[in-house]
Amino acid sequence: MLSLRNLSKRFGGVVAVDGVSLDVGAGEVHALIGPNGAGKTTLIHQISGTLAADAGEILFLEKDITRLPAHRRVAVGLARSYQITSIFRRFSVLDNLALAVQARSGSSFSFWRPVAEETALFEEARLIASQVNLTQKLDAVASTLSHGEQRALEVGLALATRPKLVLLDEPMAGMGPEESKRMIGLIGRIRAEVSVLLVEHDMDAVFRLADRISVMVNGRLIATGFPEQIRMHEEVRKAYLGDELAA
Amino acid sequence: MKRIVIIAVLACALPWVMQALDQQFYTSFATRILIYAMAAASLNLVLGYGGMVSFGHAAFFGAGAYIVGILAVEGVTSLWISWPAAIAVAALAALMIGAISLRTRGVYFIMITLAFAQMMYYVFVSLKAYGGDDGLSMPARSTGLGVSLSNDIVWYYLVLALLALILHLLHRLLRSRFGRVIEAVRENETRATALGYPVYRYKLLCFVISGAIAGLAGALIANQTSYVGPALLHWVQSGTLMIMVILGGVGRFWGGPVGAGVLLALEELFSGSPLLGPYSLHWQLPVGAILLAVVLFAPQGIAGAFAKKSQ
Repeated sequence: MLSLRNLSKRFGGVVAVDGVSLDVGAGEVHALIGPNGAGKTTLIHQISGTLAADAGEILFLEKDITRLPAHRRVAVGLARSYQITSIFRRFSVLDNLALAVQARSGSSFSFWRPVAEETALFEEARLIASQVNLTQKLDAVASTLSHGEQRALEVGLALATRPKLVLLDEPMAGMGPEESKRMIGLIGRIRAEVSVLLVEHDMDAVFRLADRISVMVNGRLIATGFPEQIRMHEEVRKAYLGDELAA
Repeated sequence: MKRIVIIAVLACALPWVMQALDQQFYTSFATRILIYAMAAASLNLVLGYGGMVSFGHAAFFGAGAYIVGILAVEGVTSLWISWPAAIAVAALAALMIGAISLRTRGVYFIMITLAFAQMMYYVFVSLKAYGGDDGLSMPARSTGLGVSLSNDIVWYYLVLALLALILHLLHRLLRSRFGRVIEAVRENETRATALGYPVYRYKLLCFVISGAIAGLAGALIANQTSYVGPALLHWVQSGTLMIMVILGGVGRFWGGPVGAGVLLALEELFSGSPLLGPYSLHWQLPVGAILLAVVLFAPQGIAGAFAKKSQ
């Protein structure tokens, strides 16, 4: 589905992403782990088109999208969430989601007909809301939601674009155990419909959700494999996991 | 809804009341407010709803005015030709200035729109064939409606009708798909892009629509005084429009019209009347104090403060 070939990005003298090759298969939840500053978010930025690649290529559904602008990548089925919550804070939950649905259903260069009359948009938005457990909060202004709810809306916005692959950048960042559990449940449910590339520090979540795991250190992938392989991987344990997982 | 009917009735009755009171001057003054209301509403579209702080809006206002003035001097007085030409030229100017400026953000955007507007200002200052520094006088107001627009009451109603039309169009636009996207881009440009919206195109089109409306307002202001001068394009004019929007309410539907009305009324009150006596030359001082108070105590502007109260 998604295939990265020798992707690189440098900022001045710092090599943030160094020749990364990675494959995410259809229906797979692929976790990307690594210490802070390893280049995980930079990689996500490159895949989503926020940052241009210095070298290498990105193939999505067998098409080269390396030079495709960010908004066009969404149209071919590649959506993302952000590490730092990025929602429309002054819009209601329903309007947030309806806006995301609107992006993929017909032209928005429409100047006369009120959006409020387009019931299909809002029905679809309600569906997404129930998927991310926000049905009770449809009319709440996004900025008034709890942190966990905002994170759920963040994922909902990505899902509302009907992606084939969704890039989730630390969806559990800053969450308490209860909220994390709910997010794990959510990702577990969506995996039936959409492939996931998951960047996450919560190892419990990673090992519970991931089909495969890639480990990134200093811009390079040092290992890719099934969770059991990664758990036992000498180099990974040394570089990142620490000894508590050796038990 | 009730409020808008009251406003419409008052606006329609105004010329007759003023005539009955033998204060026709105020009909002309009200027309001026209506024209600035249109210009300020156009700025509010980009500034308030689109989040683009354009500090060069006078360029489009002035360009519209100059097109009507120049055509009138050249003998083209029909409003069916000169007004659409004013709108088209202002829209084209907005397209070119926007295409470049919208590649920048924040302070750079403010500065680059200001720079473009000042460039246009100097173009018209150096246009000796059309008055240069002195500007140019039009022989008469535009023609083409079968009635003489030199009648101030007829002129008032025409401007009122056009303002109502523009406000209706804006009202529809802001509730349409396009309007939602524009506000979404203001709220969070990164996210709007990540949802698949080609943000630049939406901003540019919004900028052009706004410029076109400012161009129409310019065509009207040229007719209002039958005179156009480079001051219409000066950065002070851009600042005045911005103050109107801030006073009235940034991103508030009635922000532009309310701000235009209040600012021009204050200016009239403090500069023309004996209120300040010998200090009326310094009318900007009390106006500045009021602006400061609005920014501090009603950051949503006057329209915003009223909307909150009525809820």
